[in-house]
Amino acid sequence: MPGETLAIVGESGCGKSVTALSILGLVQRPGRIVGGKILFRETDLVQLPAEELREIRGRDIAMIFQDPLSSLNPVLKVGFQINEAMRAHDKIPKDEVAARGIDLLTQVRVPDAARRVNDYPHQFSGGMRQRAMIAMGLSNKPEILIADEPTTALDVTVQAQILELLRDLNEATGTSIILITHNLGVVAGLCKRIVVMYAGEIVEQGPVEQIFESPQHPYTWSLLRSIPRIDANRRERLRSIEGLPPDLIQLPPGCKFSPRCPFRIERCFTDDPELQNVAPDQEAACWVTMKRAYAEMGAAGILDTRPGAASGIRPPKDLAAKIVDRRTLDATSVAEAPVNE
Amino acid sequence: MSSTTLAVDLKSLATQEPLLRVVDVVKHFRAGVAGTVKAVDGVSFDVRPGETVGLVGESGCGKSTLGRLVTQLLPATSGQVIFDGVDLTKLGGEKLRQQRKQLQMIFQDPYASLDPRMTVGDIIAEPLVNFGLVSGRQKNARVQELLRVVGLNPYFNNRYPHEFSGGQRQRIGIARALGLNPRLIVCDEPVSALDVSIQAQIINLLEDLQREFKLTYIFIAHDLSVVRHISDRVMVMYLGKIVEVSPSEDLYQSQEHPYTKALLSSIPVPNPRIESQRRLIELSGEIPSPLNPPSGCHFHTRCPIAKVPTPCADTEPPLEQKAPNRFAACHFSEKVRTV
Repeated sequence: MPGETLAIVGESGCGKSVTALSILGLVQRPGRIVGGKILFRETDLVQLPAEELREIRGRDIAMIFQDPLSSLNPVLKVGFQINEAMRAHDKIPKDEVAARGIDLLTQVRVPDAARRVNDYPHQFSGGMRQRAMIAMGLSNKPEILIADEPTTALDVTVQAQILELLRDLNEATGTSIILITHNLGVVAGLCKRIVVMYAGEIVEQGPVEQIFESPQHPYTWSLLRSIPRIDANRRERLRSIEGLPPDLIQLPPGCKFSPRCPFRIERCFTDDPELQNVAPDQEAACWVTMKRAYAEMGAAGILDTRPGAASGIRPPKDLAAKIVDRRTLDATSVAEAPVNE
Repeated sequence: MSSTTLAVDLKSLATQEPLLRVVDVVKHFRAGVAGTVKAVDGVSFDVRPGETVGLVGESGCGKSTLGRLVTQLLPATSGQVIFDGVDLTKLGGEKLRQQRKQLQMIFQDPYASLDPRMTVGDIIAEPLVNFGLVSGRQKNARVQELLRVVGLNPYFNNRYPHEFSGGQRQRIGIARALGLNPRLIVCDEPVSALDVSIQAQIINLLEDLQREFKLTYIFIAHDLSVVRHISDRVMVMYLGKIVEVSPSEDLYQSQEHPYTKALLSSIPVPNPRIESQRRLIELSGEIPSPLNPPSGCHFHTRCPIAKVPTPCADTEPPLEQKAPNRFAACHFSEKVRTV
């Protein structure tokens, strides 16, 4: 939606970055988009010829990356690199480019911008570089800004500044933001909608407040309970998610989270659940959902988070052997199996 | 387990002899013609047996250097590191080596800290062999025992590190550190390279091991929520100095140093309601270069309550007691509440 702030959340390897790269047609070989549509203002970006996608990329949809140092060219001045993005597209009149470059740096709160445009990336601190990247992303007044882990490499105080900046930009310019992150705190502060991914699939999506309040997918629920919170009682033991995310080359049949899920039922091992409405505007891909887990499995008081602990369901024997071989079922009793990475 | 019994009673601890005493330790690095980086600049603290002391701060504040000074992986420029009554900075050679048995370290990067050409069994057995503690069949048994203790399959001792995931590798690093039955383990960012769902596993494991083997931890991390969760006391560092030491329980409620308060205010809480009301104390600018730290209180250039030039820019505040069990280095700690 225009002006929306959307979060894509998940762990490494769950496909959140690839999703973002697909939008811009930046997936590296041998990866390719084998199906589906990416609609931008009713145009399918997947079908678009490379030349036309290039027009959109950086002009209408811009992206900023996790590591600002490797995203900037070390031998070119920061100002030149920001202006280059504008010169590449014809959205900004040529004679305004230089002035806008300085404007943008000021807008992202780089002090003394008129002088700093002549600096090289190594003369900028980590936070400044990320600001410069954001300035570059904004240079063509894009409609969507995709931010892939924009604060992961930064210290918390700098992270807070960058998030504040993104929030202000979203409000002031109406630019939609897609934020890719593993940090649920960052999501809570910046985004209105959330998409939770696991093993390459969306497992839950909906409004941020609603999902943080009442997650329906056990993965979302577990994730929210596994992080130490600065505002929580610190003596409480963390509810860890046992086991490991599945190997994407050899995915388990049925629900991808079933090997780690405390609330699984028999059906989870054989049938892959699809996203379905679980509350107004909220979808989850789960046969059980937390509503039922609370009502029938005592999820509220569950302390043992091992797979199947709440439901008492173990995987069928033939399947168990297969899963155990590749990945863990429960770290404690079966121990963890090795992973090829 | 419903709740951890880890949290140590601070009162009973206070009466115990400290296991580790760090006295006015300094570490300077020469940085060519540019001058000297005062990475750790006069730090003193005690660690009592069975306690977990957290050490937080932003990158470049000197927290990892301090961890390496404690384990004597780096020699101190001056000051004392007294472990169990023995000043490690005065020791060398074999005497220091023998002391090191009791002082182990867990590193941040589980990919870089394990030799890719050694089997997991050899990695875990290496310290045992170095100290001549095991031989032959005994070695295998001990390795398998250690693997089991950290939640890995004991029969994986012949596999190589690349066959394991990040979280599993961190468990291997922990098994290696446990082998010598150390009393103190310095954990240097042990979970920051791991995925969220794996972080909790490792934190819980460290807590379980502490209880089982009566370990003492120094837990270094930049993530204050993680540090607060696992630690009994938290030390906050800024530009080579400790600016606040407080019990973890109290830290979220009140702070004695404006930097601690700013740090806490910048941590996003995974709750949209709280987030919408969170008031960020934005610090002006970024951390000054440790090559040329500001005069007086190092924090005065970014401090919202500093009185410049006097006293904040010309007098360095000492780390002193502000309330029971709470220490801070600030001229105006009574005003931190108003920030």
